[in-house]
Parts: sequence; C-alpha cells; structure tokens
Amino acid sequence: MPHGCYRCAMAAERRYRDGARAVAPLALAVVGFGVSFGVLARTAGFGWLAPIAMSATTFAGSAQFAAMSIVGDSGTVAAAVTAALLLNARYGPIGVSVAPWLSGSLPSRFLRAQLVVDESWAISAEGDGRFDPRMLVGSGLLLYVSWVSGTAIGSIGGEALGDPARLGLDAAFPALFLALLVPQIRSRKPLAAAMLGATIALVLTPFAPAGVPIIAASVACVLGVRR
Amino acid sequence: MSETWLVVVFVGAGTVAIKSAGPVLLGGRPVPARLTGVVELLAPALLGALVAVQTFGDGQTLTVDARLIGVAAAGLALWRKAPMLVVVIVAAAATALARAMT
Repeated sequence: MPHGCYRCAMAAERRYRDGARAVAPLALAVVGFGVSFGVLARTAGFGWLAPIAMSATTFAGSAQFAAMSIVGDSGTVAAAVTAALLLNARYGPIGVSVAPWLSGSLPSRFLRAQLVVDESWAISAEGDGRFDPRMLVGSGLLLYVSWVSGTAIGSIGGEALGDPARLGLDAAFPALFLALLVPQIRSRKPLAAAMLGATIALVLTPFAPAGVPIIAASVACVLGVRR
Repeated sequence: MSETWLVVVFVGAGTVAIKSAGPVLLGGRPVPARLTGVVELLAPALLGALVAVQTFGDGQTLTVDARLIGVAAAGLALWRKAPMLVVVIVAAAATALARAMT
C-alpha cells in the first residue's frame, strides 16, 4: 500500500472514532431512555422481546414511545403505526440532506442510512450543508448499541432503575441540539431558518399530530432559494 | 400475529424505508447548484424545531417546566464556550436540581 493511502486510512479510522467520541456524553442519556422504553413497553404489555426487536429495527426513540403508548392505551394498530411513521417522516428530508455525502454501493448506502438519527446526523453536520459520513457512522453505531442495550436492560431487568426525567436526562436532548445548532449559525440566513423552524414547530404543536410540526419546520429552508 | 408484533413489524419496515429513501435514490450525487442554498438551511431549520419542541412540547400541548431551566443553563454554558460534554451535563444537572427543589 502506498504511504499516502495508509495515512488516508488512518485519518478515516480517526473520523469514525471522532464521531463515537463526540456523541459519547449523549450515549449515556440514550442508554437511560432505552431502559425507560424497555420498562414502559413491558408494562404496556409488549413482553420482553418485542421492545428489543423494535429498538433494533426502528431505532428512533420518539416514534417507539408514541407507538407503544398508543397500543398501551388500547389504540388500534393503524393509529400506532401512523403516529410512529409521522414522527419519523423527518428522516425523509434528513436522508436527502446526507445523501450526497453517502457514496458507495447500494447495500452500503442502505445500511449506513439506518444509522441516521437526529443526534448522529447533527454531529456529522459540518455546516453549509456538508456532512462527514464517517462521523455519521461512528456516532450512529455507538448510539445504536446504546439504544438497543438500554432497551434490553429495561425490558428484561425491570423497574429498579428509576425515571430518567428525575435525572434531568430529558433536558440533555434539547441542550445537545442547541449545542449543535450554534456553530451552524454563521450568518443571518441560518439564524432566520432556525427561528422560523422553531416558530413553525411550536405554532403547529397544539393542532397537528405529533411529528408533523418537525416535518413542517423543514419548510423554513426555502429561505435559501437562490434566484 | 399479535397486535404488538404487527406494530413492531410495520413501524420497523416503514422507518427503514423512510431512512433509506434519500441515500438509496440520491446517494453520492452532488446537490444541484440551484438547491444548495435550500439544503444548507435544512439543518438549522430542523435543529431549531427540535430544540423548541423538546424544550416546550409535551405530547400535543406546550408547557414551561424544568427543561427550560436546563436549556437556558446550556445556552449560558455555550456562550462561555464550554465543550459539548459540559453543555449536556449542565443542562441535565440544572433540570434535575430544579425538579428536586419543586
């Protein structure tokens, strides 16, 4: 292997680790929420295996909580599936935003796309619409392992572990998104897009089903139309 | 199949499809020049919405609770150029403290 390529490979490996390291503080909070999902799903009558299977295949916290609580309140399958998929619809535009940076074979793009969650996507954003695919995979893998193992601890281990809200872990997520938003605001346009996105989401929250306000907020990016 | 497993299967399959759509159909292709400005603003728009909804949202209602104290503390930490780990810990600690006192 030529010397230069060896160094490229080293640099690439470092980016995977950078991604995992950057998301590590949040991975702890994700384990906590995985545990609470496992516990709540168990009490809602999901059994122990279904919550783990759901975390391993869906890998999207808010949608899973929503689907589980609807089934737990004896809602229909259709209502639970619709609510969960509406909550996950934001991964449509999010997937489009990372697509140019995910090259390679179709199976590889398909698999890496599954590691896209809000946190891994935000960590790999470099501003100006650029994304680092290795940061995305590194952080996404750590979050995946954290979420699935937390769910397993909760659904098998039970209730002894307490409520993550008591530890303030529910505030860790908006704090992380704020920390990731701040460096993106390098000029007036991203600031305006962030404010408009937040406003659209808050105004729609009381009226629209959960998930719709976040998708609707992506409309704020039309501020970037160039004539 | 029980209702539980129907939900697990349908939500799982739907989510995999939604997540794959962009990268599978458009993967590796550069964004058309006319759209770069729009795509650039997708991240700040969605992040702004996530901050707002996760701070004030509680299902379909908006509430002001201890999370706001945590996010305000995080804002202060960011303004003082604290690293991300510190920002996240400060937010959780401030929220936990506020809840313990009320």
